[in-house]
Amino acid sequence: MNVDRLVAMANDIAAFFAAEPDAAAAAAGVANHLTRFWDPRMRKQIVEHYRAGGSGLSEVAAAGVARVAEIAK
Amino acid sequence: MYAVGYTDLGTPPADRPVTVTVDVDGVSVTVPEGTSVMRAAALADRSIPKLCATDTLKSFGSCRMCLVEIEGRKGYPASCTTPVADGMKIRTESEKLTALRRNVLELYVSDHPLDCVTCPANGNCELQDVAGTLGVTETRYGFGGKNHRGGERDLSNPYFGFDQSLCIVCSRCVRACDEVQGTFALTIQGRGFASQVVASQHEPFLQSECVSCGQCVEACPTGALTEKSVMALGTAERATNTTCAYCGVGCSFNVEMKGDQVVRMAPDRDGHANHGHACVKGRFAFGYATHPDRITKPMIRARITEPWREVTWEEAVSHAASELRRIQEKYGRDAIGGITSSRCTNEETFLVQKMVRAAFGTNNVDTCARVCHSPTGYGLKHTLGESAGTQAFDSVMKSDVIVIIGANPTEGHPVFASRIKQRMRQGAKLIVADPREIGLVKAPHIEADYHLQLRPGTNVALINALAHVVVTEGLTRDDYIADRCEGDSYEKWKRFIAEPHHSPEATEPTTGVPAAQVRGAARLYATAGNGAIYYGLGVTEHSQGTTMVMGIANLAMATGNLGREGVGVSPLRGQNNVQGSCDMGSFPHEFSGYRHVSDATVRGMFEREWGVALQPEPGLRIPNMFDAALDGSFKGLYVQGEDVAQSDPNTRHVEAALSAMECVIVQDLFLNETARFAHVFFPGSSFLEKDGTFTNAERRISRVRKVMPARGGYEDWQATMLLSNALGYPMGYTHPSQIMDEIARLTPTFAGVTYEKLDRLGSIQWPCNDAAPEGTPTMHVGTFVRGKGKFYLTDYVPTTERTSSMFPLILTTGRVLTQYNVGAQTRRTANVAWHHEDVLEIHPHDAEVRGIAHGDWVGVTSRVGSTLLRADVTERVQAGVVYTTFHFPESGANVVTTENSDWATNCPEYKVTAVQAVRVAHPAEWRKRHGAEEPHGQAVHA
Repeated sequence: MNVDRLVAMANDIAAFFAAEPDAAAAAAGVANHLTRFWDPRMRKQIVEHYRAGGSGLSEVAAAGVARVAEIAK
Repeated sequence: MYAVGYTDLGTPPADRPVTVTVDVDGVSVTVPEGTSVMRAAALADRSIPKLCATDTLKSFGSCRMCLVEIEGRKGYPASCTTPVADGMKIRTESEKLTALRRNVLELYVSDHPLDCVTCPANGNCELQDVAGTLGVTETRYGFGGKNHRGGERDLSNPYFGFDQSLCIVCSRCVRACDEVQGTFALTIQGRGFASQVVASQHEPFLQSECVSCGQCVEACPTGALTEKSVMALGTAERATNTTCAYCGVGCSFNVEMKGDQVVRMAPDRDGHANHGHACVKGRFAFGYATHPDRITKPMIRARITEPWREVTWEEAVSHAASELRRIQEKYGRDAIGGITSSRCTNEETFLVQKMVRAAFGTNNVDTCARVCHSPTGYGLKHTLGESAGTQAFDSVMKSDVIVIIGANPTEGHPVFASRIKQRMRQGAKLIVADPREIGLVKAPHIEADYHLQLRPGTNVALINALAHVVVTEGLTRDDYIADRCEGDSYEKWKRFIAEPHHSPEATEPTTGVPAAQVRGAARLYATAGNGAIYYGLGVTEHSQGTTMVMGIANLAMATGNLGREGVGVSPLRGQNNVQGSCDMGSFPHEFSGYRHVSDATVRGMFEREWGVALQPEPGLRIPNMFDAALDGSFKGLYVQGEDVAQSDPNTRHVEAALSAMECVIVQDLFLNETARFAHVFFPGSSFLEKDGTFTNAERRISRVRKVMPARGGYEDWQATMLLSNALGYPMGYTHPSQIMDEIARLTPTFAGVTYEKLDRLGSIQWPCNDAAPEGTPTMHVGTFVRGKGKFYLTDYVPTTERTSSMFPLILTTGRVLTQYNVGAQTRRTANVAWHHEDVLEIHPHDAEVRGIAHGDWVGVTSRVGSTLLRADVTERVQAGVVYTTFHFPESGANVVTTENSDWATNCPEYKVTAVQAVRVAHPAEWRKRHGAEEPHGQAVHA
């Protein structure tokens, strides 16, 4: 799938959780959302993108994807 | 004219708790205090003649037919206007009463044509009935005097006619329009003998303010106002109760039939959602079911460039199944999926998602709620614990302040809009938050106290500002919050929302709503007593749709406005079964009852019932399916009753995705836009052709009952079974009730639902289980479903769809009363008399600077596409905002909408698209230059 689209979607999710003052909680919120609502192929692709440098991912989004990547190991 | 078999009790019920006992002709009857003598008599099985009274309208006391004698009282009071008193002794028949009634009736008859045999109301005329009861066969006044015979006949309305010569000027039609519908379109013009019913300023009905709800026709005691279908077919032979297939109000109707023809849809006075009311769509626009455009034979084709070829069901099903299996073998199990329909029954949607999960072996199932109310499910589930509205529609009659956000009930949910108007006429306050001046902002005898005319895309800034006022001015219900909500989440939210940047003054430049108005509205909502919020797609169809739903829930919790009648947070669902399709497990991440597929206990229950292993990971959503199709990993799609090529955003993207698939199976009534990209077509069945249930916006499960055979040979649930069986996953249901039994076994909120109970109770609002065996009208009473209510931080994040010098206007979209969704049904009815094309509403200022006049062709261009619409220059929209509907495919509203979507659910941001609008002198040339498509047809080779 178009990775730019996935990055944009991840950033949108992160923008919601960014209101959370606790950065770890915000990252957990993003990770939980990706795990519960994204199809595995989408998660796999965003994790691969993150591992390749995560271009375009916001800070909160990247932290969330990092957690998903950790779980996927 | 009453529905076939209906017994009218004369006046509405009284709702007082105290009862009184009276004697009617020796029969004792106990009724609520305030009941009329007429109604008490009817309940005692004593029928009193009447003409101006009917039980949906307040008593009027004009016809003087219902006179009675009451022991100890002088004279002959009208029973409709006389309330009962304890111990009252009433006599409904005597020589004197008969003489009085006969005299009045003879006066009526002297000015009424006596051509009953050729009258469309023959056999269903109350004047005729009363004459029969009183034995009036002639009149002492003769027929030679001045009379109204030969009076005007208005046949302008496509669905009903008005014949003045048959009118007895009882005012029932006028009162129905006033009291029930709230449009005040009819009046009695003139005085004395010259009195006559007229529409608006004595205009033809079609050109008048009449909204064609049919309530006047329903109320008419004679043939003066009669459906044209009754004129053509005569009165019905039988009636079957069913549920409307249009909007989420889910009105109950009696389908009146003659042979296999529908004579009329009579609104059910016992209907729990509509109480006898209806709108122009449900009441009259049923002709699509028998429209010649219906496709009744299965069809297949190898390529979408080829014409369709009619085949047998066996060949079509076999071909579809083999193609789906071929794709899975070549591209993998998850290369196919399905889409359920909010226009189909609960049983049908349940079956489609079951087939996808169990027979396809994937969770790639989604529903058209994806593009409308998916943020509602997410937002309310997380804050309150359940993905549904909290109230019954009747609840609004106990509201003190009603808040309408991003909804247009008079157009989209007209029967509920009438209830809102009724409540407002009783004194309730109204706050409207909408970029446009919707109908409820100002209508006869009602006016909103606040119209917060915000800029599209700034909902969250507005709801935060409202909450900011509530928190910082000490208007929170701290006792309620302490008792019912999570303390930690509330404290965090309270600090967040009290920050100065959420204040009305700080958000005014963003929202465009004056701070003083926001403060006034917040104070009104928080302090007026019962505050109820109703919202629509103007909330959900945004990049922050879910955030806004959460913001609404936050505000309601903070003010204690949840958990009782008169309050609540209620989504106004667009289609008849949006709630039901979501309840039935149509989303890719959850089973029926909103339980995640990763929950091993829940999944195990389904696996045992279905006898197959199920996937624990969420599947693809509709937009994900399209994206996956374009990258080559998604190749097959079964679409039941959904037109994604017209209804989903960025049409070009959708069409490219559909074109990239190798097998698209469309099941529908008509060759819709999506069928242009399909390889297999299964004929769909209309709501008149099948059994099942719909669940409306108030969680009310109502029966759909078959009144005619399926034109395509199979009901939709049967077609799904055929495909599943061909795929090697057998299904053997013989009636939808068996599917409901399975739903009840697997879904805690439906545990107590059976067809027997639905037949007995009429309808049931879920949850229906051991704790609530007859259903749950109001949710979250005492405690929230999730336990403690949870506040979420709802920061305003502006949409990335911004205006610019190239695209300086914001396009937002909506609906009109007479058309429904993508118009597949209503475009094929006489409703086109009111709305035959989508238009572009544009503010006079924006029109003037562009040289656009009313009726001009306007080219509308966004960052993704262009379309042409005619201009409607109006101040309903604010400067800088343009508005259109999407009922006609040729208008291509979704050619210009973008793929921006809600962060949580991917619900498209239909409501905010930056566009430019220019006057177009030569439409054909402009279309060619901008790549805007001409309307297209589809070839069928038999």
